Amino acid sequence: MSTDDGLRSESVSEETPLPVESERIEAQMHRLISADTDVLGVETASADIPVAARSSARTVMMRFFRHKAAMGGLIVLAFIVILVFSSVGIGPIPGWWHQDYRVPQPLYNGGHPTLQLWPFSLGKHPFGQDDIGRDYFALVMTGAQQSIIIAFLVGFVGSAIGTIIGAVAGYFRGWTESVLMRLTDVVITIPLVAIAAVVAKIAQDWGGVWALGLFIGLVTWTGLARIVRGEFLSLREKEFVDAARSIGVPSGRIIFRHILPNTVGVIIVSATLAMSAAILLESALSFLGFGVQPPNTSLGQLIESYRAAMGPRPWLFWWPGLFIVAIALAINFIGDGLRDAFDPRQNRQKA
Amino acid sequence: MTVFVTRRLIVSFFIVLASTALMYVLVAVSDNPLKDLLEYNGPGRADRIAARTRALHLDVPIPGRYVLWLQDVGRCVVPGGHDCTLGLDRSSRPVLPQLQTAIGSTLRLVVAATVLALLIGIVTGIVTALRQYSTFDYGITFVAFLCFSLPVFWVSTLLKQYIAIDLNNWLANPTMSYAALFAIALIAGVLWAVVIGGQWRTRWIVFGVAALATFTTLFVLLTTDWFTSPSIGVVGILVIGVVMAFLWAALFAGLRPRTRRVLWTSIAAAVLGTIAIVLAQPLMDGMNWLTFFLVALVLIGIGVATGLVGGGYVKRLAAQVGAVTGVTMTVLMAIDQMLAAYPFVYQQTGGRPIPTTGASTPNLDGNFWQTNTDVALHLVLPTLAIMLISFASYTRYTRASMLDVLNQDYVRTARAKGLNERTVLVRHSFRNALIPLATLVAFDFAGVLGGAVVTETVFGWSGMGLLFQTGLKNVDPNPVMAFFLVTAIATVVFNLLADIAYAYLDPRIRLS
Repeated sequence: MSTDDGLRSESVSEETPLPVESERIEAQMHRLISADTDVLGVETASADIPVAARSSARTVMMRFFRHKAAMGGLIVLAFIVILVFSSVGIGPIPGWWHQDYRVPQPLYNGGHPTLQLWPFSLGKHPFGQDDIGRDYFALVMTGAQQSIIIAFLVGFVGSAIGTIIGAVAGYFRGWTESVLMRLTDVVITIPLVAIAAVVAKIAQDWGGVWALGLFIGLVTWTGLARIVRGEFLSLREKEFVDAARSIGVPSGRIIFRHILPNTVGVIIVSATLAMSAAILLESALSFLGFGVQPPNTSLGQLIESYRAAMGPRPWLFWWPGLFIVAIALAINFIGDGLRDAFDPRQNRQKA
Repeated sequence: MTVFVTRRLIVSFFIVLASTALMYVLVAVSDNPLKDLLEYNGPGRADRIAARTRALHLDVPIPGRYVLWLQDVGRCVVPGGHDCTLGLDRSSRPVLPQLQTAIGSTLRLVVAATVLALLIGIVTGIVTALRQYSTFDYGITFVAFLCFSLPVFWVSTLLKQYIAIDLNNWLANPTMSYAALFAIALIAGVLWAVVIGGQWRTRWIVFGVAALATFTTLFVLLTTDWFTSPSIGVVGILVIGVVMAFLWAALFAGLRPRTRRVLWTSIAAAVLGTIAIVLAQPLMDGMNWLTFFLVALVLIGIGVATGLVGGGYVKRLAAQVGAVTGVTMTVLMAIDQMLAAYPFVYQQTGGRPIPTTGASTPNLDGNFWQTNTDVALHLVLPTLAIMLISFASYTRYTRASMLDVLNQDYVRTARAKGLNERTVLVRHSFRNALIPLATLVAFDFAGVLGGAVVTETVFGWSGMGLLFQTGLKNVDPNPVMAFFLVTAIATVVFNLLADIAYAYLDPRIRLS
């Protein structure tokens, strides 16, 4: 990203002082603007130089792939996502696990889990059965699927809103900033669990996990908005923004094509961490009874329903909890790896 | 300063006004408040609907209801105001008395958890910063990440199921096999060796000493039946007090001849404090919070006075360390008294001293120490659950900010001009590393206040969390708003305090 900015400001400083007739200026403007739209092309161009400097995206990727904990997190998360979505299928698409999570079956082996690690075998009910004989593997997989959908939705919606609000507030300053930042202050005053519980209760009428994820996303943008605003406040004073403004690039374009790519690091890191927080928030809400409602299921809702069964059937309690911890931990490690990778001061490679 | 505070207070007022409005509307539109009555077919249906409509002002549109609620709050703010109820809940009961009973237990929980998490978090954060990239650092980093990823209600239920029940069983019959003793001693040894680190030779020595000390302590405690009737006694207070005084002096003043006087005054403060505690014994049975604070003040005063009298040319430092020693003596006195009260509580709770539900044992009828021991035992599990999460963020934050400070030029200068490591770490680095933490703690406290909703539900506390939860379930805005008013004001006040603390600690920042 820094390469294309450098290139652009160079060409501007080189060409604007030339005293030429209006047609040439016009032609140069067109060239500049076309170079500007071609943001992605810059990277391929720099690859042609014999001793190519590493592009910042490549540096970040290399740093990330060397981060052992983050790679571990990535592998675990990929494994869980594939397992969860392939086993019970997505929506109408069937998966390889053929027991329905809604159908009670006669208890097999007292409902104990039949999963064997060595030699590996799933058995009839790998995670056991619940008290009315439903297959718990199918239940946990379905629940995890819903929780992951909610987490990604919350991370996505929250980050998008936070980015836009922070960007607009930081770029335009003045009363726009005052209004948006006071709005952020207002929402930040409300404890997250409280406001999320309230909007989740409203989302119940709209039905489904999609509404829930969307609504929770509507209240989790405040932290990122503040961060992005801070980044914008410093970036908007840079020369490349002045240059873009001086050749008449519209504000929306400056925000999204010139400044935003420079803040992508903090946004990605924050979005990742927001997802792990969303998994925990969703489970807490479902536990309090404001989140996912039966007959829908989620990891938090499973823990809540089988909390009383803790003594006689502890596995009903352990599996969803372990899935929550594994998913959240994996995402947290990925977020940490991304943060280290995006941090320009981080020269040393740490594990 | 005054201008800043006034301006912030005015802005905060409008922010709280706006956020209460937002919250009120959201709660009010979340569902139909008459839902259960509309489905109810028994006698008196119309009367009940009418009663609830009156209590919740359902005949007024939502913005009007919000204004009515503001009036109710206003009655509490105006001095000499009457009818301070914070509105009625849907059964026409005033909210204020419910809030008053709820707020105590919630604050107790949140304050205890925050303070403990802060202490442990700062200490481990600093140690991990000093031992960056060591085994201990990686271990704590992993633990912190694990804590970040734990659903608090899941952990709480696990704590209830395993820790509470097993610990209670063990406390009923506190014995240990030799194998268990050896295992605990080995684990303690490994822990200390990893924490202190250094050369392999040092590590082995630390391991040996720590393991042996743990083994001997546990063995003596078990054979003397300490766990059924624990106490530390006057001798214990004296010994622990003197050791702590030595440690404080070594930490804050160093043991070089220049500041040797601090060491002597601090130890003197511990000895004099012990004498004062012995003299105060007749007060202990009839103690209340007032006398407790008076005794604490006397103990701290003794520490300060010893420092001022015997401190010589380092009397300021000696007085400060003396005050810390005084606080230590107060804590030791409280622990001694509470341990003495333990057998009574044990018997009153039917041999299950670590409870899993509620905030205190009903009808306990004990004196100051017995009630407080009971409350403290009730706090053990929920505090542990909340602590785990706050602890993780405090540790990470302290570590990051300490590392940041340690890499600054002035720290290198301090080392270069020959200051010893203790001075560099305690006086130059630690104080500055704490500055950014002030903001985090202030912000976090309000967050924990809201997050306690979940913990309270698991442990069956009837605190503000219950008020919020049942209120929201029943679409009953006034109790929810009472909860919310407290958290919003706490957030605003703590953020203001954080800003003031920041300016006070960091002279580069001017409030204007």
